[in-house]
Order: sequence, then C-alpha cells, then structure tokens
Amino acid sequence: MNAIQDSLVELIRRTTAEIPDDVQKALVDSLEREKKGTIAESALKIIDRNIALARQKSQPICQDTGSILFYVDCPVRLDQIAFEDAACLAVKRATKLGYLRQNSVDSITGINDGTNVGLGSPILHFHQHRGEDIDVRLVLKGGGCENVGAQYSLPSEKLQANRDLEGCRKVILDAVLQAQGKGCGPGILGVCIGGDRATGYEFSKRQFLRVLGDRNPEPELDALEQDILKTANELGIGPMGFGGKTTLLGVKICAVNRLPASYFVSISYMCWAYRRLGVTLKADGQIEKWLY
Amino acid sequence: MIQLSSPFTETKIRLLNVGEEVLITGVVFTGRDAVHKYLHEGGRLPEEVRLRDGILYHCGPVVLKDEHSNWKVTAAGPTTSIREEPYQGQIIREFGIRGVIGKGGMGDKTLAACREFGCVYLHAVGGAAQVLAECVKKVRNVYLLEKFGSPEAIWELDVENFPAVVTMDAHGHSLHKEVFAASQAELAKHL
Repeated sequence: MNAIQDSLVELIRRTTAEIPDDVQKALVDSLEREKKGTIAESALKIIDRNIALARQKSQPICQDTGSILFYVDCPVRLDQIAFEDAACLAVKRATKLGYLRQNSVDSITGINDGTNVGLGSPILHFHQHRGEDIDVRLVLKGGGCENVGAQYSLPSEKLQANRDLEGCRKVILDAVLQAQGKGCGPGILGVCIGGDRATGYEFSKRQFLRVLGDRNPEPELDALEQDILKTANELGIGPMGFGGKTTLLGVKICAVNRLPASYFVSISYMCWAYRRLGVTLKADGQIEKWLY
Repeated sequence: MIQLSSPFTETKIRLLNVGEEVLITGVVFTGRDAVHKYLHEGGRLPEEVRLRDGILYHCGPVVLKDEHSNWKVTAAGPTTSIREEPYQGQIIREFGIRGVIGKGGMGDKTLAACREFGCVYLHAVGGAAQVLAECVKKVRNVYLLEKFGSPEAIWELDVENFPAVVTMDAHGHSLHKEVFAASQAELAKHL
C-alpha cells in the first residue's frame, strides 16, 4: 500500500494546485465576455493570475483546501480497508507538506489536531466493478461554497414551485439568487432531483465529477441544464457577486428515484476554484494515467 | 485604483466609495470565527494586537515554517464574512477598526457600524490564495495560536498592494444590497 499512498499524495498535491483544463477554459472564456474596465473583469483577471501562480508554485489555489472527497472505482479484489488506511496516511503527509491546510476540527471540543484525519475526514466512496482498473477521483470542496448549498422540498408555496421540472427550475434559480457571490462565483451547480435528504446531496456532489463541456444524455435534464446556465448568467450577479455577465460556469443535473411522499431538489455549489482531478492506478499502486 | 496605505485614518476611510478598487499597504490582523466569538464574549487580546485604526482580515491562512524557522504564508485568501455578522458591528466600535477585509459581504448591522464609526468593508477575491499570499511580505507575529489552531489564530501580517474592492462604504452604501435587488428583479422576469 506504500505505492498507493505515494500516488495519493501526488494526486492531492496536483488537485490542490492545478485547476482542471475544462474549468480553466471556461474561466478564460468568461474573462473575454466581461465588460472591460469593470470590477468583474478585475476579479476574473486576479483569478486567472491565481490559477497560473498556484500551478507554477505548486501551492494551494485556495487556502481552504476543503472537504476531502475520494471517489474510488475499483475491482472486487481491492482491499478497501487497507486502501482507506493508505488514503488517511496520504492525507496526513499532504497536510504536513502544506498541500492541505490543517482543516479538520473536532465538532465538540473545537480542537484542530492538525492532521485532517478524523471521523468524517477524509470521505471515501467505493464503487466496485468487474474490470481491473483502480480509478481514484478526488474533489476538494471548500467551506464557502458548501455553505451556500441548498435543499428544497417541493411543493414550495413561497416560490410557487410544484413537483415538476418547472418547479425544479424555480428552486434552482432561487438557490443561485440566494448564493449571490458568497460561494466564490462564477460557480458550478451540481443538482439532484429526488432521493432522500442525504442521498440527494450525495448525488448532487457526484455531478462535479462530470466535465463542464459534456451534455446530459437525458434530453429533459439537458434542456434544464442549458436553460439554468443561460438564465443565471442574465441575472447580473457576476464574479464574486460584483455584478457582471458570468454568474455560473456550468450546471449539472441528475435525477434519482424518490418516495411518493418526498420531492427534494438538492443543490451543491462549487466555487470557481474547482479542484477535481483523478488517476488510474496500476496494479502495483503507481499512477498509470491522469484523468481529466 | 486607489492606494490605501497605513495609517488608516478615519478621513481616508470616509473618502472611499462603493465600487472603488484599492491596493492596501500596511499591517493587517487576521481574525475569523473563533476570534469573533471570543471577543464578543469578552475575551482579552494580547497588548500587541493593536486593532485601533487597523484592518481586520477574515482569513485562515496556510502558514508554514521555512528552513530558518520563520513563518511563511503560502496561501491567504479571504473567508466568508457573513458568519461574523452577529459580532462585527460591536467589534468595529469597541476596537476601533477602520477596515474589514473578507468576501461575500456583510449585513445591515455591520453597514450601520461602518457608517457610524467610519469603517469600510473591503472585498478580496475569494479563492485567490496565491495572488493574495504574494502580497503578504512578512509575518510579524501570531497570537492565540495554541488556543485556536493555525487557521483561526490572529496572524499579524505586513501586506503590500493587496487588491480589494470597496463593497460597503461609510456612507451607508452596499454593493451587495444593490446587486441582490437588481438580480431579484431580473429573475422575476424569467419566471
């Protein structure tokens, strides 16, 4: 498991310091769209410079190195207990090296033991498959954007949102309005329609594994994604909520089954500092290739 | 672009208006959730933490010791400010703070304190930890490190040309309120 540990430290290092290509491209495009001489343009220029600097210095893009979320697609044979141990050790090492901030606090005592390892940190989601590949994807999600996530229970009388896709549209746009720039926009929405309260958020976050340019295979959801993106960018909230043309960079929506009694729409907001990378590991634990 | 350098006098601060971009040069003290709650509950500050006519930065930096055992800030962007809304107005008045750097903006209580006392809210670009860390020229000291842990401690930093936007001024204006109202009106047209 030593090789796996080394590979995971490297995955963490690159994920904290390097924005994925699809996100960087979307940010560059939005910089071109903003009106020259505005504070929105200034903010995007600083973001652009920050991305380059973080990559060059191999240091965290954002000081909030976030919740540590591993998504592991693995063969049946993988010892998941040993893998989790290796991941925890990798997190401890990455923290010592300054790739991760000392970012995990005991909720009762308030004590931060400086390791980033404890109950609930890091989080590992395992998914077994019949193949031989071990794919490890890592999402680091900061607290500022996590705090503007929202879960709506439909129908909502206040928002006049019924239990249909039009109702979903209303509550998703309300979440964008309420978030303003507080989640470090321009942001990316991950949305889940259905599920229970826990799985709704869980599936909404899983949407962040998708690349920005992909299209939803479900035509109705694809149309909703495009519509929300376009409408949100007409609201004038802009980068950091300074006003401007770019409020969102992407919208990703999934739907899962629900109980007849429940109709949740769970919305996770990802900041522009969208840290998501992945690796395929060889059988010996070394990195075979990078995903994204 | 306006140069905002220490001393941060009331006169300088009252001249600033919403929407103006500033470059801050001087000493700033970090303070976030734990510090605000602590001060609100009557906690004492070490004498060296001179907040009067000073700038408070809502930030939990990544700080490492270099090979000579000197502190070095390696990432230092702002954290969300609204969490300090219950405490900020009182702290501005009691400690004589002239500028609060953060992100996301603050509410009516803070806006009222800014107007009354002569203070501004300076919005830094959230997530821009590297650009902003480059503006930190020196870590002068750290306080309450043991008590609160590194991200929540009070770090005394020398900053140079630190970029921010005035989004709440001492005249009662808030860019956040303006953008919220305009975007809400716009959204109504799309529903």
